[in-house]
Amino acid sequence: MQSTLKTTQRPTPMPTPKRTLGARLRSGQALVIGLPYAWLLVFFLLPFLIVMKISVSEMDVAHFQDLFTWSDGVLQLRLKLSNYLFITEDDLYFKTYLNSLKYAAITTLLCLLVGYPFSYYMARAGKALQPALVMLVMLPFWTSFLLRVYAWKGLLSEGGWVAGWLSALGVEPLLVQLGLIPAQGQLMNTPFSLVLGMVYTYLPFMVLPLFANLSKMDLRLLEAAADLGASPWSAFWRITVPLSVSGIVAGSMLVFIPCVGEFVIPELLGGPSTLMIGRVLWDEFFSNNDWPMASSVAVVMILLIIVPLAWFNQVQAKAQEGAQ
Amino acid sequence: MRSNLHPYAQDNGAFLQIQNVVKDFGHGAVAVNHVSLDIRKGEIFALLGSSGCGKTTLLRMLAGFETPTSGHIVLNGQDLVSLPPYQRPINMMFQSYALFPHLSVWDNVAFGLRRDGLPREEVAERVDAMLRLVQLERYGKRKPHQLSGGQQQRVALARSLAKRPQLLLLDEPLGALDKKLREATQIELVNIIAEVGVTCVMVTHDQEEAMTMAHRIAIMSEGHILQVGAPHEVYETPATRFVADFIGNVNLMDGVLALDEPDHVLIRCMDCEHLVGHGITGTEGMAVAVAVRPEKISLSRQPLETPYNQVHGVVRDLAYFGSYTVYHLQLNSGAVLKVSATNAARHSDAMLQAGESVWAHWDETAQVVLTQ
Repeated sequence: MQSTLKTTQRPTPMPTPKRTLGARLRSGQALVIGLPYAWLLVFFLLPFLIVMKISVSEMDVAHFQDLFTWSDGVLQLRLKLSNYLFITEDDLYFKTYLNSLKYAAITTLLCLLVGYPFSYYMARAGKALQPALVMLVMLPFWTSFLLRVYAWKGLLSEGGWVAGWLSALGVEPLLVQLGLIPAQGQLMNTPFSLVLGMVYTYLPFMVLPLFANLSKMDLRLLEAAADLGASPWSAFWRITVPLSVSGIVAGSMLVFIPCVGEFVIPELLGGPSTLMIGRVLWDEFFSNNDWPMASSVAVVMILLIIVPLAWFNQVQAKAQEGAQ
Repeated sequence: MRSNLHPYAQDNGAFLQIQNVVKDFGHGAVAVNHVSLDIRKGEIFALLGSSGCGKTTLLRMLAGFETPTSGHIVLNGQDLVSLPPYQRPINMMFQSYALFPHLSVWDNVAFGLRRDGLPREEVAERVDAMLRLVQLERYGKRKPHQLSGGQQQRVALARSLAKRPQLLLLDEPLGALDKKLREATQIELVNIIAEVGVTCVMVTHDQEEAMTMAHRIAIMSEGHILQVGAPHEVYETPATRFVADFIGNVNLMDGVLALDEPDHVLIRCMDCEHLVGHGITGTEGMAVAVAVRPEKISLSRQPLETPYNQVHGVVRDLAYFGSYTVYHLQLNSGAVLKVSATNAARHSDAMLQAGESVWAHWDETAQVVLTQ
C-alpha cells in the first residue's frame, strides 16, 4: 500500500537519453531472466499440468477421456479423484512415501555431518589451496553418475574392496546391530548400501553451498567472540553455525529434494526393504501401465516436498532479513 | 593484589607493563621490536603511527590474538602472555566494530556477560545500564545493520565495556565515522571512558584523534617506540626529526651548532642564524636540525631589527582555510617555509598576496633543536 502511494506521488521524471539506455538494459535483463523462466514454463510447469490432468482423467482402453465435455448446452467437468483416494487407502503408498522421506532425511543429515567440517576446513584453508580443494570436490562429476553408482555395486558385493575393508575393520557386527544390514557379509541391497550410495552421490551438493557461505564469513566476528569470553567451541556454535544457516538450508535442499524422488540409486544399490516412491512410480507407469494412478502418485510426491519447503523458505527468508 | 606480584612485574605503579615485547613474523618481518611501556591505571594511552608501524600487532598481542615472540605483558601483576583471549580480563572495540549481525543490539551487549554465566537478572540489569550509558536504550531490539555508523560504534563500545574489563582496547575507534561525527564522538567517547574509569589503550593513525583523546601518546615507527609523552609534550618537544615531522606540520632546517652556551645556542643554517634560548647537549660544529612549527612564525613586510631568527622569502602559494591561511614562502636558498597565520580580521587589506616579498620571524623559544 505504502509503495503504491510513493509511486503515485513521485513526479514523473523527464525522459532523457539515459532513461532509454536504462530501458534497453531492462529489456536485456528481462530477456536474460525470461529465457530460463520460459524454459521452466515449457519443460516443467506445462508437463506438470499435463501430469495433473492425467491424474484426474478416466482412461478408456487406449486414451484418456476429456475433462470437459459439451453436449446439449451443458458443460460437464469430470474429475476422477479415485486415484487420490486410493493412495490414502492402500498403505503401500503411505509407507513408501514415508520411506522416501526417511532415507532422504538420513542422507541429508549424514551429508551435513560429513560436509560441514569438510567445508569448514576448506573455507579456512589457505587461499592458494582452496581452488585445488574445490576442484577435488567437483572431480567426481567428470565421470558419469551412473558409472560411479555401478562401481559401488562391485565395491560392496562379496569380494569387493570396500566389503573386504569393512569386515577387516570389524564394522559389520555394528551395522547388523543397527539393522542396516541383515547379516554379516551382506552389504549390497540393504539400507546401508542405499544410504552410502546416496551420501556419496549428493555430498558435493552439500559441500559447495556450505563452502561458498563459510568462506564469506567475517573472521573478525570470531575474534570478537573470543574477546568477549567465548571459547572456540562456544564461538563455533553461537557465531559460525547461526551465520551459516543459509548455507546449511541451501545444501540440505539440494540434497533432500532429489533424494526423495531418487530412482536410480535405490534401483542399483537398494533392496526389498528400501522401497522408495520412485520405484512405485516406475511400476505404476511401466508395469501396471496405469498412467492416471502413476500421475497422482507423482503429484502427491511433489506436493509433499514443495509445500513444507515453500513454508520453510518463507520462514527462513524472514529470519535472514535481519542477519544480512 | 600486590602480595602475589608477578616476578616480572616491577612495582612502579604501572597498571599495565609491556616488557621488552618482540613480535617476529619470520622472513625478517619484525612487527614489534623490543617495545617496553608502562601504562597507569585509569589512563587513556594512544599508540600512534602510520600503517605497518606495528601498533595494531601490539594491540592484538594485548588482546591475545597474537603471541609475542618474546617479552612479557603484565596486567595488574598477572602475566597475560600464556592466556587465550577468552580468559583475559580485557575487551576490545574492533576497528569496524565486528558486531554480530544475527544478534540484536541487546544480545550483542549481553554476549560477553552470558559467556561468564551471570544470572539472567544481572545480565539484563547490566545490559540495560550499558545501553543507557551510550544512549541506545530504545534500540535494544534492532539488528546492527538497522543502525547508523555512529550508533553501531556506540553498541560496540557498550559491548566492550559490559564485562567491566580491567583494560579496554580501542582499534581505530572512530576510523569508520565521517569527520563531523568523529569530532563529536571523540569527546563523548572520552567522557564515557572517564565515567567508567577503565584503563584504555587505543591504536590510531589519526594524530588529532590521539591528541584530543589520549592522556599520553606513544609514537611508533617500524616496530619501535620513538617517544612517549602527553600530547603537548610530543607536539612541542619532539625528540627526533621523525616525531617532529609526523606530528603536525613543521619546518625542518638543517644547520650547524655554531655557539654552545649553557643558556643559549646559535645555529647557523642556509637562510638564517638561529638563536635558541636554552642550552642543548652537543658540541660546537655538530650537525643539527631546527624545527619550527608554522603557527609560531609571524610575517611582516618590513624586516625586524634583529640578526637572528628571521628569513626573507617570496610568497609562492597560499592556501585559505577560513580560520587561518597557510603561506608557502620561497626562501633565498630555494627552501620552502610553511607559515600559518590566523585570520583574526574579516576584511584585511594587509592580507599578503602571491608574489609579495615578506620577512618571517619567530621567538627564541619557538624552535626545537633536534640532534637525531
